[in-house]
Amino acid sequence: MNKIFLIIQREYLTRVKKKSFIIMTFLGPLLFAGSFAAIIWVSMKGGDTKKIEVLDESGLFVNKFTEQGNLVFEYITTDIEQAKKELPEGDTYGILYIPKINLEKPEGIVFFSEGNPSLDITSTISKTLKSEVEEIKLTRSGIDRETLANLKTNITINTINLTETGEEESNAAIASAVGYVSAFLIYMFIFLYGTQIMRGVVEEKTNRIVEVIISSVKPFQLMAGKIIGIALVGLTQFLLWVILTFTISFAVVTFFQKDISAESAMMENMGNRQMADAVGESDQAEPESFQKIMEAVNTINFPLILGCFMFYFIGGYFLYGSLFAAIGSAVDSDADTQQFMFPIVIPLVFAIASLAVVLRDPDGSFAFWTSIIPFTSPVVMMMRVPFGVSTWELLLSMACLTGGFIFTTWIAGRIYRIGILIHGTKINYKVLGKWIFMKN
Amino acid sequence: MNILEVNHVSKSYAQHQALSDVSINIPKQTIFGLLGPNGAGKTTLIRIITQIIEADQGEVFINGEKLNPRHIGVIGYLPEERGLYKKMKVGEQLLYLAQLKDLSKAEAKARIKIWFKKLDIEGWWNKNIEDLSKGMQQKVQFVATVIHEPALLILDEPFSGFDPINANLIKDEILELREKGSTIIFSTHRMESVEELCDHLALIHKSKKILDGATKDIKNAYKANTFNVEHTGDLTLQHPLFEQLQKQHLEDHTYRSVIKILSTDSPNRLLQELIGLTEVHSFQEKIPSINEIFISKVQEEK
Repeated sequence: MNKIFLIIQREYLTRVKKKSFIIMTFLGPLLFAGSFAAIIWVSMKGGDTKKIEVLDESGLFVNKFTEQGNLVFEYITTDIEQAKKELPEGDTYGILYIPKINLEKPEGIVFFSEGNPSLDITSTISKTLKSEVEEIKLTRSGIDRETLANLKTNITINTINLTETGEEESNAAIASAVGYVSAFLIYMFIFLYGTQIMRGVVEEKTNRIVEVIISSVKPFQLMAGKIIGIALVGLTQFLLWVILTFTISFAVVTFFQKDISAESAMMENMGNRQMADAVGESDQAEPESFQKIMEAVNTINFPLILGCFMFYFIGGYFLYGSLFAAIGSAVDSDADTQQFMFPIVIPLVFAIASLAVVLRDPDGSFAFWTSIIPFTSPVVMMMRVPFGVSTWELLLSMACLTGGFIFTTWIAGRIYRIGILIHGTKINYKVLGKWIFMKN
Repeated sequence: MNILEVNHVSKSYAQHQALSDVSINIPKQTIFGLLGPNGAGKTTLIRIITQIIEADQGEVFINGEKLNPRHIGVIGYLPEERGLYKKMKVGEQLLYLAQLKDLSKAEAKARIKIWFKKLDIEGWWNKNIEDLSKGMQQKVQFVATVIHEPALLILDEPFSGFDPINANLIKDEILELREKGSTIIFSTHRMESVEELCDHLALIHKSKKILDGATKDIKNAYKANTFNVEHTGDLTLQHPLFEQLQKQHLEDHTYRSVIKILSTDSPNRLLQELIGLTEVHSFQEKIPSINEIFISKVQEEK
């Protein structure tokens, strides 16, 4: 056991001390944060100012539309047909036509524009309209502002239950984002570090150090030590990335906020939770949608997801990692690995490709089976978990994965112990099969 | 006392018989030559002793104790196909390999320093293996093999890659290790080093042991009772007891003859006979070299 620890230590330290590891560790988050900063920057600079003419026949929204982001509103009083005609000639982006409306049933509001208006514009407009109509209604019911403000918090809490569909929509978006990111991370981790195991084994074999070492330790110990050591390298890198990305993004965001008023930064980056935290609740403009996102985020069971992520992360890595080790032991050089890599890579790529199907129907039978079969479950199950998976399914999948990686590790160990000592023989699947059952 | 006893060991791979019924005994504090043509089964036998693989049949005893995982620390093994981690530093690497042999870190460090001094490689601690020449790497490898002061040292072609000076340095170290109590199994194709170093030897051919014993005894057993004689003047020996096998003109009037004594007569009888016929300059029994014995034995078995 002590020897396995020595092997793990060596595998870990030699890799962590490598320049490429250090560079990747710092470059990775910089790249993440850099692209993140670029997106913020572009979205803040985002687009030219758009002038929107408001033709308000109802008279309910006088001066309610004010400048918002890059949208400028101008009230006009001309005939709507006239305004429509003039639209292509002027610099106006679009016309918002509000006819005389029934407050109980506001209908007939039209937005005319030459191109398709972006979701941003329509949502800004409808949000303003909605809040104005609601305000008027409330005022009419004789509720003063103070009562309203007091009531508001209560109302928002109630709406979670009442407007269940709306709630679920935002929930699904966040669930799929969390699912996608974790599924993809697992896929990437298995690939990156699996091939590292393989290269490490090939290196030991071609270096001919392997015979020196296995006269001190059992081949299985050497293989297991390598797999675990590299897993720790991967976890270290992953952890550093998370920490550094968070720190750098935070720094970048704070820096940007010094330049621009907190309010507009808030507007632009509403979707980002970290920034919402940074700005805090001080922002009056959008407390509702911020809260909504926070609530949606809170509905996701993060401890469960994190636990599952770690399990599938490690389980999937062991399952594939041991197979990668077996390949490395069987071949004489990196170039020979290709033919054996193929059947191992196929289920992984299949898992990633099937995410779209799983996302469409996270509880369907396809999603069920792919999340039970250990070769696809680490990726597929992570996609399903944020949507909620029944406990028995989760346990079954975990049991299958555990059994799966014990099985592949056993197979790999059998191949490995023979393979590392064999040089210059043409290896095919038949030979590998024989090795598995060969006595020691 | 034998440090190693191999009793009727057999091993086969798929269709290939690697060892069949091989038994050898290696006395303590000797150098034992393990000889044989390529593919004879030497490496298989060594791998069984080092517990890399298991024998199908037969048993191996170390110090009278059946082979078990504790013996790993007793054995030092220098494989023929050997290498080191290229990207690691010399010191780190030796420390790692020594710790795998159950040495404590501090102990390993101290011993490495001593060996560095001995082999004249002080200041190598922080050198990268890939920056060293082949021979220099071999030195590091040798240190790795002996660092835990193994009672049984198995060296497979230990001199390959060394220049004559370093080969001598290593040879002296091997002899010193024997003096200190180690037993050495020495597998090589360089017969002159076998002749020089080995007290005992065994010859394995086509998975079977075909010869073993003390080097001296083997050589004596393969003496053909022939003598090299240098003499002045031509000589044609016609005698029922002696046969002149060869005659060679060296220079001027000097000749060399190879003469075999056909009976069990002592060399003195031959000498007496020769003195009457010619002027003898030198008279020496022809002792077969291990090389000759190796070749004749292996060809005989074909």
